[in-house]
Amino acid sequence: MDIFGRLTIESLPFYSAIAASGAAITVLGALSVAGVITYFGAWRLVLFDWVSSIDHKKIGIMYIMVALVMLMRGFIDAAMMRSQQAIAYNNEGYLPPGHFDQIFSSHGTIMIFFMAMPFLSGLINLIMPQQIGSRDVAFPFMNSVSLWLTTAGAGLVLVSLVIGKFSTAGWTGYPPYSGAEFTPGVGVDYWLWAVLISGVGSTMSGINFLVTIIKCRGPGMTLFRMPLFTWTVFVTSVLMIFAFPALTVACGMLVLDRTLDMHFFTNELGGNMMNYINLFWLWGHPEVYILILPAFGVFSEVVAVFSQKRLFGYISLVLATMAIGILSFTVWLHHFFTMGSSANVNSFFGIMTTIIAVPTGVKVFDWLLTMFRGRLIFKAPMLYTIGFLVTFCIGGLSGVLLALPPVDYLMHNTTFLIAHFHNMIIPGVLFGYLAGYMFWFPKAFGFKLNEKWGVWSFWCWIIGFYLAFMPLYVLGLLGMPRRMEHYEIAAWQPHLIVAAIGALIIFFGIVCLGVQLAVSIRDRKQNLDLTGDPWNGRSLEWATSSPPAPYNFAVLPQVRGVDAWWDMKQRGVAYQRPDRYVDIVIPKNTFIGAFIGGTGFVFGFAMVWWIWWLAIACLAAIAIALIIRSSDDESDFVMPASQVKEIEDARFAQLAKAPKNEMADEPGFAGQPVPEAST
Amino acid sequence: MTAGASTMADTGGALISPEKYEEKAFGFWIYLMSDAVIFALLFATYVVMLGNTAGGPTGKELFSLERAAGETALLLASSATFGFAAVAMARNERSRVVLWLLVTLGLGAGFLFLEFGEFAGMIAQGAGPQRSGFLSAFFTLVGTHGLHVSIGSLCIVVMIGQVLFKGLTAPVASRLARLGLFWHFLDIIWVAIFSVVYLPGVL
Repeated sequence: MDIFGRLTIESLPFYSAIAASGAAITVLGALSVAGVITYFGAWRLVLFDWVSSIDHKKIGIMYIMVALVMLMRGFIDAAMMRSQQAIAYNNEGYLPPGHFDQIFSSHGTIMIFFMAMPFLSGLINLIMPQQIGSRDVAFPFMNSVSLWLTTAGAGLVLVSLVIGKFSTAGWTGYPPYSGAEFTPGVGVDYWLWAVLISGVGSTMSGINFLVTIIKCRGPGMTLFRMPLFTWTVFVTSVLMIFAFPALTVACGMLVLDRTLDMHFFTNELGGNMMNYINLFWLWGHPEVYILILPAFGVFSEVVAVFSQKRLFGYISLVLATMAIGILSFTVWLHHFFTMGSSANVNSFFGIMTTIIAVPTGVKVFDWLLTMFRGRLIFKAPMLYTIGFLVTFCIGGLSGVLLALPPVDYLMHNTTFLIAHFHNMIIPGVLFGYLAGYMFWFPKAFGFKLNEKWGVWSFWCWIIGFYLAFMPLYVLGLLGMPRRMEHYEIAAWQPHLIVAAIGALIIFFGIVCLGVQLAVSIRDRKQNLDLTGDPWNGRSLEWATSSPPAPYNFAVLPQVRGVDAWWDMKQRGVAYQRPDRYVDIVIPKNTFIGAFIGGTGFVFGFAMVWWIWWLAIACLAAIAIALIIRSSDDESDFVMPASQVKEIEDARFAQLAKAPKNEMADEPGFAGQPVPEAST
Repeated sequence: MTAGASTMADTGGALISPEKYEEKAFGFWIYLMSDAVIFALLFATYVVMLGNTAGGPTGKELFSLERAAGETALLLASSATFGFAAVAMARNERSRVVLWLLVTLGLGAGFLFLEFGEFAGMIAQGAGPQRSGFLSAFFTLVGTHGLHVSIGSLCIVVMIGQVLFKGLTAPVASRLARLGLFWHFLDIIWVAIFSVVYLPGVL
């Protein structure tokens, strides 16, 4: 046994120009990030203020940075697939099949696990504790471990581009193809360890968020006074806690099959590959709702703020969220109707799947009725919300079609399915996160994002989306299977060319997002959010300064109802200076979270390449790090009241200079809530 | 469980308020529920794969009820002794806590020794996890439990160290209480393993 396991010099991607350039871009990307940090002399800042930080707001921002980087990587994969299929009629195109297979596998894996999951964890971290009037999440250190484990998984996917190959088994990794017999290389192992390591992080995030919501709410913040975003986080956390074990078990068993020659899912010796598919979707379907519920939460906040009225049907939205959470565990079989269960079993899951459209429909009507007779302000987040409402309904209806088992037998594994789930996930999930990103950006950084480029990004995204995915519905009806590297049917090509043009327009949408960020950083002085409440908001995250102090609230606000911040503005108690400040206990920064993530990354790499000694060493190092952490009773420090006062005095000085209302110039602005005393 | 911890006068230098320990205990309960789902799926897989012996040995030929009974006795007894440690902790009797934790550790090690012997014996007769889907499921289910017991034992060692060097401070007591939850949880899982794997296996 070699000390490098199965890792050899041949693992470097010099066998193909495309693979080598992908590797070069990855390496250059990493080097240029390091270069930029060195150029600005910012290593100390990066390491001591960010990497070691266990402040939920900074962790949230780092999550979103990971998500945006991975969004670009995942989009490059998508663009390569679309361009390949646009030209590969009766010829091989420019991507060989093995490479094309890696690309669709990494596209799905990245977009679900390393774009959507970090994006949602980031938004939740940034906003949820502030919305419930809390100073932090329940377990700040575990939060840091979650972040770095997720990053470690993303790192493994990126490294697979440079050393070895990625999986060719799709983002779902179905056996027996993904077993050792048919796919012996390292690709599936990269996929498995990336998913397993980040999955542990997600499970811990779920526990953290749930305990935060149940135990750390501020005074007066009863459950039915929580903002809707927090409610969706509550249900999403429950789903994370109970669904992710299924992913861990399915992937863990596939690891055992592949590395220890076991027979869970093999063709021979008593394997049962359908069990994998069963377990995988037992996680996979709730996962869809894990992704989309927080986006629904964002839409609920955005639609109320930019309609300038109270959210319509708060209770019904909460109940619909809970109903979706429960029903999400009763539909997973619709992913494999064609397995050949009995007609009765398929009917049950078909009916449950159509039923889940009911609470979702309730939500759509609530959002529409919130806008009804509201005074709408069409800021970029609101545009994304309206775009979502229209587009998502189309996707939902195609989903109800697919829920019928006889229809599904015809549509299974065609591009109709691809069109359907992108039609749910792009408007439902991504538009929601982008709306949240633009809505809460000023809260995170203290200045607003450029509006014009935000609006442009929206139009590119939505037009690009329709052009890229509506043709796939048609192609599915024409019988085109998913994952085709080349084809011989002339009728397909025009649709695929339109889809490629759509991908190009989406690319412009991503460029707009980049330009928006760059322009906004350049012009930040003109767009400062001095009040902390740039949109005339309704919930408590707008009560803090932008960016918030390390402790969020110097004095925890007293909550009296839904829309707590609006209520405080109405009562005239917003921005009230307290009589005195008290000492606040804050957790100290620590590198142990980042150390565990980094060691987790090396552990995954060692397991992929069968470098056993290294894997054992990494596990031992993680155990030692945890023991050291668990023996540290002095992991917090006290910020003295005098320092709190200093920070708050600066805030009040800034408030005195700030315009009374940052939305005042907005056409259609209905005015701030007037304190009751003065009416 | 944490009531003892929160009334503890000695905070051991920790600055966090007593409610924080309750949050930790609650979070740990949630973790246990998540872990229970992992075991539930392993059980389900095991039951589904019972018949997939691929012509290899079945549970009836492999399992020994005597050994399983011995393992059960050791683990159940260790749960009782951990309970004695918790009682001693509530009474603030440091040396008794250490003593009972040592006994618990010994019983846990005995359990692991028996389980290790069982696994080694099965592998020696050519009935390892590579033999059939049934045996893969068996080794994974029982092995995952064994792995948990091993990690729990390591944690007991760490906690003995903390009790000896830090004393029964509030943070130490709170950690010990959570470790107790974990240990009793493993006991419950074992009872399920005994009833689902060994008992029907030999009958």
